[in-house]
Amino acid sequence: MVLNSMRLDSVGASVGEKLVADVTQAVGRAIEANGRKTISESLFAWLLVGPAMMFIAVIVAWPLAETIRLSFMEAGLGGEKFVGLANYEDLAGSRKFHQTIVRTFYWMFLSVALKLVLGLIGATLLNAAVPGRALFRVLVMPPWVIPIAIGCIGWLWLYNGYFGVLSGMMMRLGITDVPFEFLAQKQSAFYSAIATDVWVGVPMVTLFFLAAMQGVSRDLYEAAWVDGAGRWYRFRRITIPQIMPVIVSMSLLSAIFTFNSFEIIWILTEGGPRGATTTLIVDTYKTAIGNYKFGEGSARAVIIVLLLGLFSLAYLFFLNKVNKKYGVK
Amino acid sequence: MMDRYTKLQIVGIYACLAIFLTFILLPFFEMFMASLRPLEHLFRSPYQFWSDDFSFDAYKQMWVTVPLLGRYIFNSIYISFMVTGLTMIFVVPAAYAFARLQFPFKNATLGIFLGVNMFTGAVLLIPLYRVLRTLGLLNTYWAMIVPGVAFLIPTGIWLLRSYLEKIPRELEEAAFVDGASRLYTLRRVVLPLATPGLIVVGVAVFIGAYAQQFLFAITFNQTRELQPLPAGLYEFIGYQSVTWNEMMAAALVGVLPVMIIFLFLQKYLVAGLTAGAVKE
Repeated sequence: MVLNSMRLDSVGASVGEKLVADVTQAVGRAIEANGRKTISESLFAWLLVGPAMMFIAVIVAWPLAETIRLSFMEAGLGGEKFVGLANYEDLAGSRKFHQTIVRTFYWMFLSVALKLVLGLIGATLLNAAVPGRALFRVLVMPPWVIPIAIGCIGWLWLYNGYFGVLSGMMMRLGITDVPFEFLAQKQSAFYSAIATDVWVGVPMVTLFFLAAMQGVSRDLYEAAWVDGAGRWYRFRRITIPQIMPVIVSMSLLSAIFTFNSFEIIWILTEGGPRGATTTLIVDTYKTAIGNYKFGEGSARAVIIVLLLGLFSLAYLFFLNKVNKKYGVK
Repeated sequence: MMDRYTKLQIVGIYACLAIFLTFILLPFFEMFMASLRPLEHLFRSPYQFWSDDFSFDAYKQMWVTVPLLGRYIFNSIYISFMVTGLTMIFVVPAAYAFARLQFPFKNATLGIFLGVNMFTGAVLLIPLYRVLRTLGLLNTYWAMIVPGVAFLIPTGIWLLRSYLEKIPRELEEAAFVDGASRLYTLRRVVLPLATPGLIVVGVAVFIGAYAQQFLFAITFNQTRELQPLPAGLYEFIGYQSVTWNEMMAAALVGVLPVMIIFLFLQKYLVAGLTAGAVKE
């Protein structure tokens, strides 16, 4: 600025005007060539992303921050009182809570493993060139399409000891003499809930595996076939490695869904009998919403987020390795 | 040649398919059977596989037992439509930006959106309850719509982004060179080309919105008239007895709208959803 005015004074007005005009032009050209595009591109992009970002901030990020704050409070319907790490200390010392964590991971691993195995079998079957497969592919999808809550009502009925078909069948076959209430005993309730969770999750896993299988180049199979490789060999050595990245990413997705699975357990057992189906998310809900212990519930919620975060990071690391191994960018 | 199966293999495939599909469809079949049986029959023990007193009475009676049933089904559809519409308004511009534009913190922002997928509403219920109370939205349709939108935006962005990336860039660049503004290009060039993708994502969001109503409804809404079907079904569980047959009939009728939409669009839906899973 100072430099500019000095020049204008010493050299004269007309030269100064020319200089300004030159500079303006040069800047204009630079902006056209490069500057304007990038500046307005990022501005434009932020205008497009902004609304969604704001919405998520209000409905997800802020409540998340609030959850973290509340986890250091003793909070209920009455009011809030800062208690430091007391909520976490309580949980660290609680045997019941440790059991819940173990149960949650057991629930997750078992359910995800079943979903992956069944999904793989299902996708392979639906990929087989037999008549009617287009219809079968559609018939697999309903559990995914309908509301989970409604599917669970169907399962509630199936598990009923007196009127349900499963118990009825077992009585006919002589496996049991008395009606078997699937959801009344600790063990059977847990595995029944797993079966329902698998039922809800399998369609999506199957669908993605099927799509991945269809994306595998036929040339690979033909080459192996010409060399005399059998079906099982081709499945093991071509299909599985080719769809490995999808298997890994689907297992992460299902793990997160299963870990967070709430409605299924809540509708079938509400976490019972005697806590047998209480996973972390059910425990959190019961503590916070059922017993109005907002602080203790929040501490549980924070632990869920931390565990899932750690788990996802470990998984992404693993995914990266798998992708490298199988040459996916 | 390579795909030819022996007779035994074909039998094996069908047998396995039958077992797989039985697992998938058994609950639906049993719900339907239960809806056909009179209540006294349902409570007959031991279980009978077949009987001669099947009737469609429950499909008539259910509207009497739960007078608001029609309203619940309407609410479910209405909430899902609103969620879908709002979600798309947020998703379309954002997905376009992620698919096409370069901007600072692009990957970090995308990561944040995907991170949202890690939380379910259940983790955030307490503060979410307070947010909705502060906004004065508790016990209104919005109490179920607003959280629904928030949790579907990430999925929507993810799906639509991979679709938009497949549209050739040249068309946009041509419009841009001709002096069209960015917004005009987005509106007049990109969106028309992306219509099939928009439909796929819209239907996926609709199905998601239809599926996720239960938790938000039981936590954020106490107004009976506004309840969606999954929550309303619990009215069949009365003080004295559960009219199971009518509950099953209502559940089946209630899933019809979304099943019909799915059946009509399943081909596009399946292709669109799995686009990211298939290597190019």
